[in-house]
Amino acid sequence: MSAAMFRIWRGGNGNGSFREYTTEVAPGMVVLDAVHRIQAEQANDLAVRWNCKAGKCGSCSAEINGLPRLMCMTRLDTLPLEEPITIEPMKSFPLIKDLVTDVSWNYQVKKTIRPFTPRPAAADGSWRMAQEDVDRVQEFRKCIECYLCQDVCHVLREHHLHGQFVGPRLLVFTAALEMHPLDTGRRTDDLHREHGIGYCNITKCCTTVCPEGITITDNAIIPLKERVVDDHFDPLRKLFRIFK
Amino acid sequence: MLEYQTHEYDVLVIGAGGAGLRAAIEASANGARVGVVTKSLLGKAHTVMAEGGIAAALSNVDERDNWKVHFADTMRGGQYLNNWRMAELHAKEAPDRVRELEGWGALFDRTKDGRILQRNFGGHRYPRLAHVGDRTGLEMIRTLQDHGIHLGMEVHMECTVLVLLKDEGRIAGAFGYERERGRFLLFRAKAVVLATGGIGRAYKITSNSWEYTGDGHSLAYGAGASLIDMEFVQFHPTGMIWPPSVRGILVTEGVRGEGGVLKNKDGRRFMFDDIPENYRSQTADSEEEGWRYTQGDRNARRPPELLTRDHVARCIMREVREGRGSPHGGVFLDIAWIKTRVPTGAEYIKRKLPNMYHQFKQLAGVDITNEVMEVGPTTHYTMGGVRVDPDTQMSDLPGLFAAGECAGGLHGANRLGGNSLSDLLVFGKRGGEYAAKFASENGAVSINLDEIEAAARWALEPFERTGENPYEVQQDLQELMQDLAGIVRREGEMRDALEALNKLVCRAKRVGVPGNREYNGGWHTALDLRHLLTVAEIVTRTAIERKESRGAHFREDYPSKNDQEGGSNIVVQRSKSGEMEIRREPLMALPSELNQVIDEMK
Repeated sequence: MSAAMFRIWRGGNGNGSFREYTTEVAPGMVVLDAVHRIQAEQANDLAVRWNCKAGKCGSCSAEINGLPRLMCMTRLDTLPLEEPITIEPMKSFPLIKDLVTDVSWNYQVKKTIRPFTPRPAAADGSWRMAQEDVDRVQEFRKCIECYLCQDVCHVLREHHLHGQFVGPRLLVFTAALEMHPLDTGRRTDDLHREHGIGYCNITKCCTTVCPEGITITDNAIIPLKERVVDDHFDPLRKLFRIFK
Repeated sequence: MLEYQTHEYDVLVIGAGGAGLRAAIEASANGARVGVVTKSLLGKAHTVMAEGGIAAALSNVDERDNWKVHFADTMRGGQYLNNWRMAELHAKEAPDRVRELEGWGALFDRTKDGRILQRNFGGHRYPRLAHVGDRTGLEMIRTLQDHGIHLGMEVHMECTVLVLLKDEGRIAGAFGYERERGRFLLFRAKAVVLATGGIGRAYKITSNSWEYTGDGHSLAYGAGASLIDMEFVQFHPTGMIWPPSVRGILVTEGVRGEGGVLKNKDGRRFMFDDIPENYRSQTADSEEEGWRYTQGDRNARRPPELLTRDHVARCIMREVREGRGSPHGGVFLDIAWIKTRVPTGAEYIKRKLPNMYHQFKQLAGVDITNEVMEVGPTTHYTMGGVRVDPDTQMSDLPGLFAAGECAGGLHGANRLGGNSLSDLLVFGKRGGEYAAKFASENGAVSINLDEIEAAARWALEPFERTGENPYEVQQDLQELMQDLAGIVRREGEMRDALEALNKLVCRAKRVGVPGNREYNGGWHTALDLRHLLTVAEIVTRTAIERKESRGAHFREDYPSKNDQEGGSNIVVQRSKSGEMEIRREPLMALPSELNQVIDEMK
C-alpha cells in the first residue's frame, strides 16, 4: 500500500473548487475505487455516478488528468501517481454537483430521431439476416452511452451548439438505425436540417475517446454525411426531384 | 410544511431494467398512463451486465428443443421448488418475447441460414440462448429503452422510492425523492409494478452495483405483501478474484459454453470428480465428449463445467478449501486451450467473448487468449422475491405487482443461466398488462398524508445527526452476510448473524450525514440501509428455517436434500404488529400432464 493524492472537483456551477484528498492505493485499483474510498472515508457527501464498475453501463464518465475517460476502467498504475491525479466532471453538460453532470439533454434529443421501422416479417413472424449485415451495425450498438464523445466534441464543448447539433453519440445511434438490415426509415432530411450533421468537421476526437473502440467518425458519421450528400446535393437527383 | 411534487399515473413502474421497461411498454400499449421511476439514468440498470443470452426454445439450432424441454430443465435446475405455472408460462412464451425484441430493433447473432443463433449454457439441454456476443443484456435494455421512449411513458431518472402507500388494503402509490436536488416526490397510482432487481449489495463479494439494495423486496414486505424462497441466493461460480479491486465482477458462463474449462492448481478438471445423480445421464463421460458438445455435436453430452451454478460454485469452494485452489483463493478458468483445437482460436475467442477479453486485459492485465483466468464465486442473483400470482404477477396486496428478479417463484432453489433475461421479458409483459387492467377496473385512490409526512421526517433525520458513517455500516453488513450467511451456512453462525444484524439496525438509526440534500451519496447510502437490513434479516431467518441443502442453499449441518423439507416453500410476511412471520406453504400440486413432461425428459 502506498498513498496517492487526488484533486477532485467539489461543488456546483460557479461555486466549486478543486479539493485535495490523500488516500491509500493498492495494486489493480482503478480511479473509481479511489474515489469510492475517499467518499466513504473523507467526503461522505461526494457526488459520483456509477453502476456496473466493469465498463458496461457508461455511468462513471469524468475527465482524468484532462482526458475524458471511464473512472472504472482507468487503472491507477497507468497514471503518474507521483503527482496529484485530477478528476473533474464532463464539460459539455451543465454541472449538477462534484463529478455529476446533467446529461438529460442526450435523452431529449434521442426522442427526436425517427424510431426503428422494420420491413414486414416473414409469415412465421421472424426475419432472416446474414451475420455480415448484422456485424456492420453491431459495432454501433456496442455503445454504452457514456457520452464521452459528446464531452470531447468541440461543437458541443466549445461552441455549445446543443440546439443545432446532436453530437457523435446520436449520430452513431442514427447510423445504427440507417444501416440496420431491417429498417426502412429515412433520416437524411433530419440529419441535414434538424440534427446538424454538417457541423462535424471530422476531427475524430470522439473516436479517440470512445471506451468501446467504436470508429465513430469513419464508420458512422462519414457514411451518414455521404447519404446526406447523395440525397440533398447530388445534381442528377436534384434534377430528378424538380421534374418529379 | 412538507414540500413535494405530485405525479399521477394509472401504473407506476419502479425500476427500469429489463422487467420494468417491458412492463412499462406493455402497460402503455394497453392504454395506461405510465410513470417509470429509476434509481439510475435510463439504460444503466443491471440488465446491461447480463452477458450470456436469453433462454428461449426457438429451436433454431437444434430442432429437438421445445417448450417442454425448457420447462423440464427449469424445474430440474430449481430442484422442483419452482412455481410450475410460472415455469410453464415462461417456457411457452419466451420465444415470442425474443422475436418481438427483434421487431423492435434488437440484433442477435445469426445462424448460417440467417435465423437467431443460440448457444449452450449451464443446465439447458440444447443450445438455447439467443445472444449478441457477450453483451446480450445491453442489446436488450437498449432495445426496450429506445422502443419505450416513443410510447408516451414518463421516466423519472435518478429517483428513489422510500415507501409504498396504501388506501384501505390496496396500493395507492409511492413516495420518494429525486437525487439531483433531494426534493420529495409523491406518485399517486392505481397500480404499482415493482421491478427493482436483487439484493446483491447485502454481500461483500458481489457482481451487483450500488442499486441492488433489495428495495422492491423490502418495500413489498413493508407494505404487507409476502415474499417467497428468500433463502435462495445464487452465487455465480465465476467472478473475477484478482486484483482485489475487481473482486466479484462477473465472468460470463458463456466462457464455459464456448469450451472454457475449470482446472485446479494441479491442472485437473475437477468438475468431473462430482456429478450429481440427477444430471449423470446428461453429462459427458470424457473431456473429449464435452468438447464435442460445445462445438455442436448433437450426440455428445455437456461437459460438467456446464452443470448448474449452485453445483459448480460448491465444487470450486471445495477445491479451494482442500488446498487445490489458485494463488488468490479461486480456481482457473481456461479458454485459451481451445487454440489446440481451433486453428484461429485467438480470433474466435475475441469474436465470441469480446467483453471478457477486454475486461481481463484492461482490469487484470490478463490476455485470455493466451492465459488462464482466476475465478471464484460471487453473489449474483436472488431466486426469492415477492410472492405473485403466476398469471398476473400481482402480489397478495391488491394493485401491487412484481416482475423480474424482485419477484419469486419461477426459479425455485436455483436459477439457470439465461432464464433471467427471458423471465424479465415474459413476466415484465404480464405484469404490465395486468397492472394496466387492474388500473382500468379500479377507481381513484386517496393518499394518507400522515404516512408521507412520517416518511419524509424519517428521511431527513440523518442530516440532524453527526453519528455513524453510513458507508461503514453498509460495509460491516456486507462482511457479516458474506461470512455468516453466504455460500456455506451453519445454524450457529446464522444465529450470530441475527444478533449482529440487530446491532447494525441500532447503528443505522444513529447514522449521520454531512452536507445538504443535493446529490449526496452519503444520504442515499444511509436511506438504502433500511432496505438492506430488512432483506439481510429475511435471508438469514429463512435460511435458518430450511433445514436441508437444496439448490443454492447449502447447510453444512444438513448437507443433503430432505424430501419433507423440499415439499414446501418458505414464505415471509410482516404481521400487523410488525413482527417478521415465517410460514411454510406446501408446493402447488403439479398437473399430471406436466408431471409427465418432467418424466419424459429425465
